Amino acid sequence: MATISAPARPEPAHAKKAAPKRGTDTPFKRRLPLLPALLFVVAVTQLPFVLTVFYSFQSWNLVRPGSRHFVGLQNYIDVFADSTFLGALLNTVVLTVVCVFFSLLLGLGLAILLDRKFLGRGVVRTLLITPFLILPAAGALLWKTTMFDPTYGLLHFVFGTDVDWLSEFPLAAVMAQVVWQWTPFMMLLILAGLQSQPKDVLEAASVDGAGRWRTFTAITLPHLSRFLQLATLLGAIYIVNSFDAIFLMTQGGPGTASTNLPFYIYQRAFQGFDIGQSSAMGVIVVILTMIVATFALRLMFRTFSVQGGAK
Amino acid sequence: MKSRFGPGALTVATWVIAILFVFPLLWMILTAFKQEADAYTDPPRLFFSPTLDQFAGVLERGFLPYLSNSAFVTVVSTLFVLLLGIPAAYALSLAPVKGTSNALGFFLSTKMLPIVAAIIPLYVISQNTQLLDNVWALIILYTSMNLPLAIWMMRSFFLEVPHEMIEAGRIDGATLPILLRKIIMPVVAPGVAATALICVIFSWTEFFYSVNLTAARAGTVPVFLVGFITSEGLYWAQLSAAALLASLPVMIVGWIAQNHLVRGLSMGAVK
Repeated sequence: MATISAPARPEPAHAKKAAPKRGTDTPFKRRLPLLPALLFVVAVTQLPFVLTVFYSFQSWNLVRPGSRHFVGLQNYIDVFADSTFLGALLNTVVLTVVCVFFSLLLGLGLAILLDRKFLGRGVVRTLLITPFLILPAAGALLWKTTMFDPTYGLLHFVFGTDVDWLSEFPLAAVMAQVVWQWTPFMMLLILAGLQSQPKDVLEAASVDGAGRWRTFTAITLPHLSRFLQLATLLGAIYIVNSFDAIFLMTQGGPGTASTNLPFYIYQRAFQGFDIGQSSAMGVIVVILTMIVATFALRLMFRTFSVQGGAK
Repeated sequence: MKSRFGPGALTVATWVIAILFVFPLLWMILTAFKQEADAYTDPPRLFFSPTLDQFAGVLERGFLPYLSNSAFVTVVSTLFVLLLGIPAAYALSLAPVKGTSNALGFFLSTKMLPIVAAIIPLYVISQNTQLLDNVWALIILYTSMNLPLAIWMMRSFFLEVPHEMIEAGRIDGATLPILLRKIIMPVVAPGVAATALICVIFSWTEFFYSVNLTAARAGTVPVFLVGFITSEGLYWAQLSAAALLASLPVMIVGWIAQNHLVRGLSMGAVK
């Protein structure tokens, strides 16, 4: 099953505190409100994955009727021998790490600029969150045409070069769009963190003669850490699955230069009709994700028990 | 915060940075009001006589059915998320049982499963159940996509309900539905609204499922936009108008409910 088991640890302290007395309710009755959601999520997210595992052991190509038969681990062997797959894996890692890092950094910068009173602050905030609110598909097409077009694009106008960004720097171009799209999300989360800082602590720091940099590193950053972790985790979850930008801007190309795993699996399944191999890739991606996610979940649980304890 | 450049300079800098950052978007809005001939010129044209032709063109291309599909899928799946998620968030926050943290971990872990790993079986299942190119397939998938995050968000809002109020209600013999409606919901309503807003945004903008599982009949607005990748070289202005129209509903909702957005994203960590 594709469940990633939560790290074993005691229930968060605040959960215990909030628990009403058990009363006369049976454990089943207490679990009842949870069941519909749990069953629904298991049915819709886990069952398809079980099927993916099943398909991954078969040779099955939709364009060759009657070709379906059990092949054991052959699909997996083929996938690991496939240099495109390995390239797509590398691209996925690079895309995720670079985009999360830069959108976090830009988001932090913008949040710091917004975390003070100034003329038109509401308008500026509204402007800045908008890239998160437009359709990613619209954003991708917009960047492809008005920004990156070698003849009529704004980058051509600004830099005066005829660089065809999407074919010469395809991955970087896609990453620029993804960073642009996700920076507002990071900014909002970090801004929330900045504005929830206890004012008395900041005042005390300034009374004690701490400079701005010292205040920032000693007080603001530690306070922000769980917001930064949450932003990283949620951002990574969505960016790892990036598909829109690649599908609409480069189609994974030129060649396979900007192919990431979601796009490659999509290509094998919906253009190559190779159900067996694309399923095997899906399974491998899930296993890799589980390894990374187990660490991420551990972080998440620590973060949120700290939050409960601090309240 | 004091700056050695003075607050005025910093304010100007903030404005300049903000405008540069959203410039692609401002340019898109401008382009949507151009004639195609004004849309791609070298150098780019800032002054032109604005027209609504492109918006009319988008409507002529059959935009409205996609818009209504998006609206239906978004509203219904968000309602389902609340229907399933509110009791679950209650169970995981105010009446936790053994295994609460396991259940929470499970929900979050489903968000980490790459959706590509499920798309092939989902395609096969939809095909066999007549749900291919059917809005209900998207409704089911969007509900499962948003439910885990929604449960996490709502749980953190539920944890803020004063414990004594629930206890008092229980002593008075209130059943769960009454407890939820009379005592808990009034306290958590803003948090639920924040969660619903996030679900609306993610449903409206979802691309992967809708592109792979729907076509002309059940397509949502992102699917409509895909129609431009074959012809975007010729129709920049119309593409801009379509992108603007497709994004406008969520843009307006998000602008109005900015503070909810912040609360939802930070999972209630900010009051």
